Amino acid sequence: MKRKAKDEILYDHNHDGVDRRGFLKCMAWAGTGALCVMSGGVLKSYSLSKLPEMSSKEGLGELSFVQISDSHMGFNKPANPDVAGTLKAAVDKINALAAAPEFMLHTGDISHLSKPEEFDTVDQILKSAKPKDVFYVPGEHDVLNDDGKQFLERYGKGSKGAGWYSFDKKGAHFIGLVNVMNLKAGGLGTLGHDQLEWLEDDVKHLKHSTPIVVFAHIPLWSVYPEWGWGTEDSAQALSYLKKFGSVTVLNGHIHQTLQKVEGNVTFHTAASTAFPQPEPGKAPSPGPMKVPAEQLKSVLGITDVNYVQGQHALAVVDSTLA
Amino acid sequence: MRRSVSIAVLTVTLAIGIGTITIGQNSLFAGAPQKPETSEVKIDNFSFGPDTLTVPVGATVTWTNRDDIPHTVVSTDGVFKSKVLDTDEKFSFTFSKAGTYPYFCSIHPKMTGKVIVQ
Repeated sequence: MKRKAKDEILYDHNHDGVDRRGFLKCMAWAGTGALCVMSGGVLKSYSLSKLPEMSSKEGLGELSFVQISDSHMGFNKPANPDVAGTLKAAVDKINALAAAPEFMLHTGDISHLSKPEEFDTVDQILKSAKPKDVFYVPGEHDVLNDDGKQFLERYGKGSKGAGWYSFDKKGAHFIGLVNVMNLKAGGLGTLGHDQLEWLEDDVKHLKHSTPIVVFAHIPLWSVYPEWGWGTEDSAQALSYLKKFGSVTVLNGHIHQTLQKVEGNVTFHTAASTAFPQPEPGKAPSPGPMKVPAEQLKSVLGITDVNYVQGQHALAVVDSTLA
Repeated sequence: MRRSVSIAVLTVTLAIGIGTITIGQNSLFAGAPQKPETSEVKIDNFSFGPDTLTVPVGATVTWTNRDDIPHTVVSTDGVFKSKVLDTDEKFSFTFSKAGTYPYFCSIHPKMTGKVIVQ
């Protein structure tokens, strides 16, 4: 398709002066704000601007929760000199949701350099969120220098190994996995033997109809292995989840939203609350992407997930901070 | 007659041998004492540059992170390991033994490099 020489706003969905073309130009496929409802492996998506018009049965279920990711507290480079400010904006967005989500998942890279004060700042900001429970998994930035000891002390109570665990909420089974430890030269994210054994055992006695939500930092599918965006032994982990009718995998790490459906599994990566990263392979490296300050919040975001009991469907909503 | 030719050849060979040793010694001690060799590796765009570096025994290699994202320099065989390097931070290691030292960034393991010490 040939591009027009001059960009013009063709249709302004969100009344923010940025149309689809302009938006894609500044940051391809970031959190554009689509609600996705999965039903029997088929995704239906709704524009974020349509959310207020949606009926409660479409948009809300018995369980709703929010995923936030990649806060990178401590990052202060031009791509976003105020990561505390954008995390606060994410919390404001969460607090403004029509129905308060039951809890939050943080899919890692809470801090930028694993410094205690960085974790403290995030903890402080998240205290102002309406959902009081936050479930964490570490990103590689949270386990620097100490093999994750500090992370475990702060967030890993009751977890196994490097911080993996599971819990049940309203009939859905949540599994937090750790794939950022003991990374090998040239390799991808790794779950490791012990964690895989634990996972197999953890889901063994669950009914096939139980909705499964897996969350981990590095994507559990091959987004772009050349940049390390994948997990070596994720196929084995997913093989233990084959018997379930509905599996949703939530990841962070790549600082942009992507979705994929493969059989019974819906994969989803969340936007960062700190800074965007380039589309796979579309830059020399996956380093932070600098966008004009006024556009930054349109490429950062939160993910709101609704589970409708009995329908085996999870609705995944990405909202930008703009 | 035959014997004297053999002796002549032997003499020439010895002379060349001594000459070689002398040249070698000259080059080894020229300008002594020498400053220890230092070499630089820059970390840019999630890669080590140069990704293969050849240095003499005793050389010190310094890595500088010029990315906006922290990296580490970790020997695959456990010989050296940097702390996490934020932007513009450096890590140095002195190689006292010959060998090949593969290393990687433990945060972004797709980033690999090696130092060859001769």
